[in-house]
Formats: sequence, structure tokens, C-alpha cells
Amino acid sequence: MDFNFTDEQQQFRDALRRYLDKEYTFDARQKIVASREGVDAKHWTAFTELGLTALPAPQARGGFDGGPVDMLVVMQELGRALVVEPYWSTAVGIEALRLVGDQYANALLERAAAGEIKLAVAFHEPHARHDLFSIATTAQIQGDQFTLNGEKSLVQHGAQADVWIVPARLNGEVALFAVARDSGNVAITEYRTIDGQRAASLKFTGTPATRLGNAQTGAATLEHIADYATFLLCAEAVGVLDALNHATVEYTKERKQFGTPIARFQALQHRMVEMLIHAEQARSITYLAAARYTSNDADERRRAISAAKARVGQAARFVGQQAVQLHGGMGVTNEVAAAHWFKRLSIIETTLGDVDHHLERFASLPGFADTNV
Amino acid sequence: MDLNYSPADNAFRADICAWLDANLPQALRTKVLDHKRLSRDDYASWHKLLGTRGWSVVAWPKEFGGPGWNATQRHIWDEECARIGAPGVLPFGVSMVAPVLMKYGSDAQKARYLPRILDGTDWWCQGYSEPGSGSDLASLRTRAERQGDHYLVNGQKTWTTLGQFADMMFCLVRTDSGAKKQEGISFLLIDMKTPGITVRPIITLDEDHEVNEVFFEDVKVPMENLVGEENRGWTYAKYLLGHERTGIARVGQSKRELVFLKRLATDQKKGGASLLKDPVFAAKIAALEIEIMALEVTVQRVVASEANGRGPGPEASMLKIKGTEVQQALTELMVEAIGPQAAAFDPEYLEGEREHSLAGDDDAAPLAAYYFNFRKTSIYGGSNEIQKNIIAQMILGL
Repeated sequence: MDFNFTDEQQQFRDALRRYLDKEYTFDARQKIVASREGVDAKHWTAFTELGLTALPAPQARGGFDGGPVDMLVVMQELGRALVVEPYWSTAVGIEALRLVGDQYANALLERAAAGEIKLAVAFHEPHARHDLFSIATTAQIQGDQFTLNGEKSLVQHGAQADVWIVPARLNGEVALFAVARDSGNVAITEYRTIDGQRAASLKFTGTPATRLGNAQTGAATLEHIADYATFLLCAEAVGVLDALNHATVEYTKERKQFGTPIARFQALQHRMVEMLIHAEQARSITYLAAARYTSNDADERRRAISAAKARVGQAARFVGQQAVQLHGGMGVTNEVAAAHWFKRLSIIETTLGDVDHHLERFASLPGFADTNV
Repeated sequence: MDLNYSPADNAFRADICAWLDANLPQALRTKVLDHKRLSRDDYASWHKLLGTRGWSVVAWPKEFGGPGWNATQRHIWDEECARIGAPGVLPFGVSMVAPVLMKYGSDAQKARYLPRILDGTDWWCQGYSEPGSGSDLASLRTRAERQGDHYLVNGQKTWTTLGQFADMMFCLVRTDSGAKKQEGISFLLIDMKTPGITVRPIITLDEDHEVNEVFFEDVKVPMENLVGEENRGWTYAKYLLGHERTGIARVGQSKRELVFLKRLATDQKKGGASLLKDPVFAAKIAALEIEIMALEVTVQRVVASEANGRGPGPEASMLKIKGTEVQQALTELMVEAIGPQAAAFDPEYLEGEREHSLAGDDDAAPLAAYYFNFRKTSIYGGSNEIQKNIIAQMILGL
């Protein structure tokens, strides 16, 4: 057993943190959020130069072969700095293409690893709630050309992505398609989400698409991709939890009432201890998810990912709400970072399955009813 | 980062398992797994058997007869003992008074008591809490006056766990009533057979006799039974309290009880189907299982840092809080699982005097008592609120 990060991981983390501390301050971030674009190309270039896009890609495609633990290190930092650039969506897209692994996917992957294109996976459809497989979008084939019809909603950084990875029904079965943003016949409606990120609805009307993989690349692949995306969200949340706990402790040491820092009050101290314990449990289960994501046993992977998302979701709600409470009136203003960490945590909680969804999935897996241990 | 155990650790685990399989008496194991009450002899015989290999004192240094295991090996040992259903080794001698004697005791005290703790000759109990001194331990009032070659002890201790079986007590007494409250305390070793000692049972809400009141009336304690220096007892007591181990989370026991809970829920029916398939109940078990999975990794993180030479320190407080919350949640769900059968209570069955419970299923019969009994866990060993104070101060710097 070893819970240390390697020297390389620590250096990577330090370099990223140095950059974010200097260039991605809370004020700078707020300006990006308020801007028309909602993202800043300067930072994307810097992320690419730091190696963030190459990190999750295979070496054979110009990547660094970074595993879940490497990505955990990165996502924690991005969470801490409340980054709103399209990194998560692109990293998830890279993993999707890696899992597909055909020639077309590999070519896209190389460009994504080099930072030339951004990606987004369209997990969600209107009214699907947390059901990944509630897919009404259909694919038709004419000659050797696929076209898509249907609507995807809440596609994270959907308008920033150059290529979308879109699940659709082909003869009733789930299949995956790549769609270039400039391929025409797509209506893009972009908007800002309440946590400062960007999302889009994509309406496909006879939109040309390229199939990714083959008949084997279906629902199970989509679920695998969603598990990766979920794991990255958990890792990001751990970074947010740490930052928010730290900010809360510091705030209560400074804020004076009745002639004394409010950090002296036992009711508040105990609350902050509970917040800390939530964060540590969230960290532990996310470590477990990092270790199990690469398991050859898909159920072991599913179990650990759902465990992580369910536990992180509980921590997100408790720590987020209590951080706002302990910040008092300041906590409910849009001016303090704590409020934005809270909003990000709350949206992570509802993205790709909330606590109830993942408890149910966890309980439905074969390991749950096994009492011959 | 690597969450897997090394091949050497796995081999160690296999050896431990094989030994436990071969040596833990089946009757004793069944008692533990069935939540029956253990007798003095149950604890003593198991301790004695472990003592033959030095495994009663797994955290002791080799020079005092310990096996010389590292933190990871001790963790594996705790886990496997819990998994198979071995009775716990009581902490009072082995992990409470012994570390104090090793650090502060005289050579004569070490030579006399440590081997007798190892092999179980002496059963120790703890004389810390008093009726007016719980979390505020330093306010204790039991006093010891020097009279020639002995102390004369008068006062009262309480919550003395299994004191009815004890041969010896380690005891905090006030030797200077004029000093500040922490500075007038001494650490004494008291023979429980000394005239003037009265042990009275306290019956807990599960109607078990686990704790006692101990009264001292002009009890003569020889000077040689003073540990370290007079009036320095608070230092030794703090050392003892700081000597916490990662085993405090009892994750192994909780993993075993989780499996028990699932079996129980499988057998219980709701609307003709297994309760384990009921979405509401399954979600509760799932949430608890996930908490245990996370706690296991949290413990492993602390064990790994301990193996790297860093003591568990205030992290032990976190393990105590979360560990006891999980233990209590398990007992709550057990009681929920059996529904109205929770009312059943059969002490004779629990004591092993009757083969089957008079009231309801055998597996359900002990559970309400078990639930009530486990309310103690968030109170003893420094209440969870005290643990939060420690974390607030030591980790958060508040």
C-alpha cells in the first residue's frame, strides 16, 4: 500500500498550481465567466503547453499515458481554482476515443492530445434525468454515410467543442458517432450554467456523422465513458472540498463577533470537523475509484465509481451548505469564492447521477447481494 | 499510489488466516458471530493461547515479547481476527497500562507486570473515570495520602469495564490537593484483592453487567506501586490516551457485521420479497457499505503513514468518530431489519444457557440489546465530542 503521489505527479501538480495561482485567480475567473465566450483561449494554450491534453492520451497517440491517479491530481487542482475551460469535456472525449480505438478515433485523439481540437461527449437528452440509455436520437445510414436526428441537452462545453461524441440509436441499439461542429445541419444553443460553466443544446437534423467503432461499441462503452467522466468529477469535487474547507476555517478565524473570532465557538468547531471528515471520506473513496477504474472486471469498476459518486455527493452537499452557513451573510453573496465552490459542488452532485441514482446502481450490482464473504 | 497489499503482506495474511482457522475454537467463534455474551473464560482462554506466540501483544516491541510486526501487519492481523470472528484482546493491560510501564515504569514493575499481561495471568482494569469526572478527567477526586511505606487510597471510580474480573487496576489518584488540577495527580497500580475495595455492578440498558463502580476505603497501596514520579500522573495518563492505534476504527468488525446485516435482510421478507431487494432499505445498506469502503481506505491511509514512521496522532480521533458512527449505524439497521422482533429479549439465550431463543429467531434475538449496548461507543474512550475538540485544535488549528 502506498498513498503517496510520485515525484512526477507532484511536479505536475506544483506546475499546474503555480500557473493557476498566478493566472487563474478568482477575479480572473469571474471575468472569464462574465465574458461573452465564457472561456479563455489563452488558458487553453497554457494547459496544452503544460501537457494537460496529452496527459490522458496513449503514448502511441502523442500522449503521456496518464492513468486515473494522474488525472486525479489534475482535476483536484482544476476544482480548487474553479476552472471553467473545456478541459473535463475534452479529457472525457479523449478517454472515449481511446476506448473506441479505431483508426478514425485514433486520428481525432492525436489532434485532441495536441490541443488542436476540443471534444465533448453528449451524455444527456431532454427529460432523460440520470438515465444514460434514455436515448431518442436516431442514426440512419444512406450509402456509407450516417446521419443523426434528435436532440442532446446540457452538453458540457458543447459550443466550445470542435467534435462531439454522440450516442444514438442505430436500429434500436446504442451506437457512438463523431460529429464535427462545422458539419452543418446542427442547431447549437449555448448558455452559461449556474456554476459558471458553459453548456449547449444540440439539435441534429439529418446531421452527417461518422460511426465510432463497430457493433461492439455500444451501451457498455458509453457506460464506461460515463464512469470515467464521473470519476473525474469526483476528483474535481475533492479539490473543491479541500479549498472550501480551508476557506471556511480561515474565515472563521478572522470573523469576530462578541469580541472573539467565531472559530472559538464549539458549535462551529464541531461543524468544521464534520466537514473535514466528509472531505477525507470523499478523498478515500475517490482514491478507491481511481484504483478500480482500470479493473478488468467491469462490475468492480461500476461498483467503485458509483460508491465514489454517492459518497462525494453527500460530502458535496454537507460541506457546501455548511461552508455557506459558516460564512454567514457573506456566504450568500456572489462575491465570495465560497459561494462559487458551493455552486460547483452542487452541480457536480447532479451531474451524471446523483446520490440516490448511484446508491441504486451500487445496490443493483452483483457484489451487493453477495453474503458469502 | 497503490492500494494493493504487497506480496509479502498477502503471504503474511495467508499465514495468519491459516493459524486462526486452525486455532480459534469453533464454539467461541460461533458465540462472537451470533452476538452472544462472552464469559471471563472466553476472553482469558483466547488471550492465553495468543500469548504463547506473543500475538496477545502485537503492538509491543520485540524486547518485551511482541512479534515485531509493522503497522501494516498489525492492521492485517486486526482485520483477519475480526473477519473470522475472534474475540478482541482487551485493551486495558495490553495497550493501556503496558505502554505506560514500558516508558515510565521501574525495572521491577516492567519485570513483574509485562510478562503477566502478555500471558494473561493478570486481568487489568482502568481506574480513570469518577462520578464527577468523565470527559473532564483531571477533575478527579479519589485521593491517596502517603503513610510511611504505602499510600492510603479513598474515593470512587466508575464505568470500570469488566472490573468484576480484574486482578489489577491502573488508577489515577490525587496526591496533592493544593496544586493545579493536572499537577497533583499520580498513577498507581492497585491489587484488586486489597482490603477496602468494593466492586459494585452497574447494569447497562441492555441489562448486561459490563461496567462497575469501584469504591476505595482506606486501601493500602505499597509505594513501589507508584508509576514514575508522584504528581506526574497526568503526563502518563496523557501518554496513554495519545497511544491510540488505527485499530480504533474497527473496520474489520464492521465489514463482518455488514455481511451479517445483509444475510439478515436477505432472510427478512417485505411484501413476499427479500428485504435486501427493497429499494428503500437497500439504499440505506448501500450508503453504509460505501461509508465502510471509504473508512477502510481512510484507515489504510493512516496505517501507511504510520508505517512510514509517522504516528497516527490526531487522525486517530477521526477514525474513532467515523468508526463508531459506522458501528452504531450497523446496529440501527439490524434492528430495523428485524422489525417488531426487536422487542424480543432472552438473556438466558444470550448467556448461552439456552440453545434457542424463547422469543423469535435466534439471529434476531440479540440485536436490540446489541443496539442499545453500542450506544456506548460514541461515549467511551473520549466521547466523540471530545474527539472533535481534539481535531479542531490539532488538525484545524482552531
